[in-house]
Amino acid sequence: MIDDLYQEIILDHSKKPRNFGHLENPSATAEGFNPLCGDRLTLQLKIENDIIQDVRFVGGGCAISTASASLMSEMLKGRTRQDVEKLFESFHQLLTTDAGQAADLGKLAVFSGVREFPARVKCATLAWHTMKAALENSREKVSTE
Amino acid sequence: MTTAAKSFDVAVLREDFPILHQSVHGHPLVYLDNAASAQKPRAVIDAISQFYSSDYSNIHRGVHALSERSTRRYEEARIKVQRFLNAADPHEIIFTRGTTEGINLVAQTYGRKHVGPGDEILITGLEHHSNIVPWQMLCEEKGAKLRVVPVDERGEVGALELTDRTKLVAIAHISNALGTVLPVREIVEQAHRRGVPVLVDGAQAVPHMKVDVRALDCDFYVFSSHKLYGPTGIGVLYGKKALLDAMPPYQGGGDMISSVTFEKTTYNTVPYKFEAGTPDIAGVVGLGAAIDYVNEIGLENMAAQEADLLEYATAALSKIEGLRIIGTARHKAAVISFVLEGVHPHDVGTILDRQGIAVRTGHHCAQPVMDRFGIPATTRASFAFYNTRDDVDALVRGIEKVKEIFR
Repeated sequence: MIDDLYQEIILDHSKKPRNFGHLENPSATAEGFNPLCGDRLTLQLKIENDIIQDVRFVGGGCAISTASASLMSEMLKGRTRQDVEKLFESFHQLLTTDAGQAADLGKLAVFSGVREFPARVKCATLAWHTMKAALENSREKVSTE
Repeated sequence: MTTAAKSFDVAVLREDFPILHQSVHGHPLVYLDNAASAQKPRAVIDAISQFYSSDYSNIHRGVHALSERSTRRYEEARIKVQRFLNAADPHEIIFTRGTTEGINLVAQTYGRKHVGPGDEILITGLEHHSNIVPWQMLCEEKGAKLRVVPVDERGEVGALELTDRTKLVAIAHISNALGTVLPVREIVEQAHRRGVPVLVDGAQAVPHMKVDVRALDCDFYVFSSHKLYGPTGIGVLYGKKALLDAMPPYQGGGDMISSVTFEKTTYNTVPYKFEAGTPDIAGVVGLGAAIDYVNEIGLENMAAQEADLLEYATAALSKIEGLRIIGTARHKAAVISFVLEGVHPHDVGTILDRQGIAVRTGHHCAQPVMDRFGIPATTRASFAFYNTRDDVDALVRGIEKVKEIFR
């Protein structure tokens, strides 16, 4: 049971998070905070022609939230806003229902074990909510120009 | 023949707590979250059930038998609390919803009357959010300043710096996050030399040590029933009678008045002035039963068991490589906060839970304490008299399992 949660790939990404750091000229930045455990995350996106070109994050948290941010960051590049929102929807389903379509999710399927730990769903989704906020920030910027 | 009503045998006393005898995730429950809330003995559960089954009615002013019985049970509990704290007068005991409400009551009545622009309220860096935020709200309203006594590396508080503007000192008796026992008697003496009253947040202290409000000479003392093996939703504010008499009421409503016309309302005397509305009557009865239970076992016996657990657990946890105990005050209650190198407390908590071990992880409603030590959170094991050395051994094995997963 506990090994379903802490799978090797999750432990690996939590210890060596990918895309960790800052972007030179981000199109959007957002901060996420989980008051339950004090996790903080700052996420930056570079978006061109509605396609995410690059992503970086910094912040500390539990293994689940760090691994989730890291694995998410690998999945975002080259995707459109719409793609990414769909992906979050499937990911959220994977975490909360039995009907999650793990097939579409690639590596993210390793988070299926989180379903058995309802208190940890927020850890796994912190990065995604932050990413969504960043996308909305960038949209606002576009609309004010 | 022994004269003690109940001899102190943890194995036997554990039988008093039905909830402890269960499996969690296939392991026997090891409950180490007592600083958050303590479990309830059968005596408390039965007292509440018996009260609702046979005596319950609304209290005060009823002329019928049930109301008289309920009123008597309610007021008897007040006297139990008075004796438990060694207060001079039962009218100094006000029932609240808990520690938080007790502090808010003092902030909104005594505080609003006596604190003005440029004045200062002094707290320590160890306080629970409930002994920070009510004062911040008051300071914001009045243009007053909240000053904080710093905390050192051990988790002990430094010297108080009172000024001519200090109007109130508010301190924890025991830190919930670190277990530090504060030198309340000395702090009160120092504050009183300048005529400054002291409120003591005793939420973590009353279940673990004998509290004598007259020996401490504190002006206000607050605690919660649920940490003292009693029900949730009920707590106590002790205040010196002269102070309470001079304070304006907190909430308006029934029971807190002597007479009401549309032109003028005359307030009731203490404690009723501060007990507007129908209170948690069964909660008060349950708290009374909890105090009886604690008295029967003896706080000194409970404290001795907890001191043994603290010593045993501190030694055992200190041997674990990569584990650092946060809070090493010389005078400590049976609370151990720790961090484990390379593993977030939230992950520690989840893995321990799957082994049946209940601990608390996070900032423990004391974010400034976490900031002081430069950490986002800790894992906290907090003990009660019904815990055993076996529980500590289970915790140590649990942490080894955490390390194995994160190796």
